[in-house]
Amino acid sequence: MEKVIEAKDIVTSFGKTVIHDKLSLEVNRGEIYGILGESGAGKTLLLKEMIMLLKPTAGEMWVLGHKLSDISYQDAQMLRREWGVLFQFGALFTSLTVAENIELQLKEYTGISKKMRDEIVKTKISMVGLEARAGGLYPSELSGGMIKRAALARALAMDPKLLFLDEPTSGLDPIGARNFDALILELRELLGITVVMITHDLDSIYSIVDRFSVLADKHVVAEGTLENVLQSDHPFVEKFFKNEYAKNRWEKRVEADV
Amino acid sequence: MNMNQPFLHIENLEDHLVIHSRGAWTLYNEPTIHKMLQKISPQKRIVWDFSGVEAFDSSGVLLFMAYYEMFKSQGEVVLTGYSEEQERMYRLLLKNRIKESIPVRKEGLLHRLGKTTVEGYDVFVKFLEFTGHMLIAFLRYFTTPGNIRMKEITYHIERSGVSALLIIALTSFLVGMVISYQSAVELAKFGADIFIVDLAGISITRELAPLITAIVVAGRSGSAYTAQIGAMKITEEISAMRTMGFDPFYFLILPRTLALMIALPLLIFFADIVGMMGSMFAASLELNISYGQFVDRLQEVLSVKHFWIGIIKGPFFAMLIAMIGCFRGLQVTDDTESIGYQTTASVVNSIFFVIACDALFSVILTEWGI
Ligand SMILES: Nc1ncnc2c1ncn2[C@@H]1O[C@H](COP(=O)(O)OP(=O)(O)OP(=O)(O)O)[C@@H](O)[C@H]1O
Ligand SMILES: [Mg+2]
Repeated sequence: MEKVIEAKDIVTSFGKTVIHDKLSLEVNRGEIYGILGESGAGKTLLLKEMIMLLKPTAGEMWVLGHKLSDISYQDAQMLRREWGVLFQFGALFTSLTVAENIELQLKEYTGISKKMRDEIVKTKISMVGLEARAGGLYPSELSGGMIKRAALARALAMDPKLLFLDEPTSGLDPIGARNFDALILELRELLGITVVMITHDLDSIYSIVDRFSVLADKHVVAEGTLENVLQSDHPFVEKFFKNEYAKNRWEKRVEADV
Repeated sequence: MNMNQPFLHIENLEDHLVIHSRGAWTLYNEPTIHKMLQKISPQKRIVWDFSGVEAFDSSGVLLFMAYYEMFKSQGEVVLTGYSEEQERMYRLLLKNRIKESIPVRKEGLLHRLGKTTVEGYDVFVKFLEFTGHMLIAFLRYFTTPGNIRMKEITYHIERSGVSALLIIALTSFLVGMVISYQSAVELAKFGADIFIVDLAGISITRELAPLITAIVVAGRSGSAYTAQIGAMKITEEISAMRTMGFDPFYFLILPRTLALMIALPLLIFFADIVGMMGSMFAASLELNISYGQFVDRLQEVLSVKHFWIGIIKGPFFAMLIAMIGCFRGLQVTDDTESIGYQTTASVVNSIFFVIACDALFSVILTEWGI
């Protein structure tokens, strides 16, 4: 299977603090790949290394066939157009309205007419569960959940082939979170996109994530499908999946499927 | 009309038109496809075939939808050859089509003019309020000495005072030099060489050193106060402080103001010395007045009141700079652009008010005959 992202022996450290110690993982084309781990395990940092915001201290990162350590400026700029990123805290441009935030890349990179851009922006706004009214608001006028949704709409604006999501469902209500899962799944099926998502959401992991890795102790301690990961007896896996609450959620889901 | 293009192929049959969509109906091709579609005039009957579409995304499907609806309103449209994915994408987008338009937040000229006026008035009222608040905070500050936050004050003296020494030394040395240099020629004409000392001595201590120092500090520290407090407002640090009962006046504004009121007179004193050195240097170069002569003459002619007047201006200027800097910081609204706007306003306002205050000093002191 074709690899979209390959992290090889990634080391990340700040002075003496080591966050990742020879960490490796692979993401295949067309899959929804989860990254799981405790707070401070270094998930966001790993994501930042994938999207060239941070250089790993050592190790190699490949994204869509490019080796990030010696990528040329032109290639890097082209690569940046092929992905969409949802930041953990939204990172919307505060001086632009939601609609302008979503429209920005369309306006800069394509020759699409204003009328069609508006159509695109409006459907994206509705897809993520916002009302048209929200399009005219500035980020400071949004609620926490609305910021997440607007940021997702911006990440989806260019229909990227690769989508990076940092805790997309945190801050959403449960219904909103499930609608979000359904949307991601639908887009994957229709457009064949690859999704890398950091998540703590058990329901997302159970329902839409194909494979995922568990970050703990500076390493990937378990990787693969849910069944594979559950084989692991690492304390974090035990704690996260083998408690009453997690089991309950799982059974509920299995029942719902039947 | 028979076009053979990568994205659209059009067959004009007797009683109907056949449109063959081909290739990648995606974002970057959308403008080209759009132009081609515009050339097609609506017909009684159109057959639209999608079997040649290799790739699509939501923008391609949205484009199709726009024209599909337009053609349908003029006649019959039959769709063929589409895949299941394309149909599902169509349904997904159709479900999310919003008819109402997104409110636009653009303002007309008149609107902006009115807004600027009202805001200008508003800022004025708020500044009065701020000044009142400040006065009360000051009084409370000194009646309960426990409030005084020495650590913050010393920190800000270091940041705004000590670290400014180098730039103030440079500017005042240069200004002192320029004053001597420029007047040397004129004075030499009258053989009044030694009066250079009177001239430089009075102008530097009384006017130039305080002004130069205040302007440098306004640019350095006033802007920093605005930017920092403004950023704290955006990240809601100020709200957090308030909810914990930490009054921003005691924690942010007064320490900065007091620090600057202590630091600025000292900086002016420093600028006096360095400025004098600059003028001494130029005088010895240009008029051959030795350093010893210069200093002797300075002691003779420069009455100490000029020096004190310069120093006294310090706390006043400092108060203006700190208050405007902090006030502008608090005026930052929720977008990052306003940090830039307020920082500019802060520097411009404080320099203006420093100069205005200096003029006021001149008038009053002249009236009093000092
Ligand atoms: N610039 C930095 N300098 C030093 N340490 C940092 C820096 N950025 C992050 N860290 C540390 O790296 C670790 C990983 O941070 P990261 O943001 O990746 O966590 P995370 O796994 O995304 O956690 P969460 O689930 O809470 O978002 C944390 O312990 C953090 O303190
Ligand atoms: Mg994180």
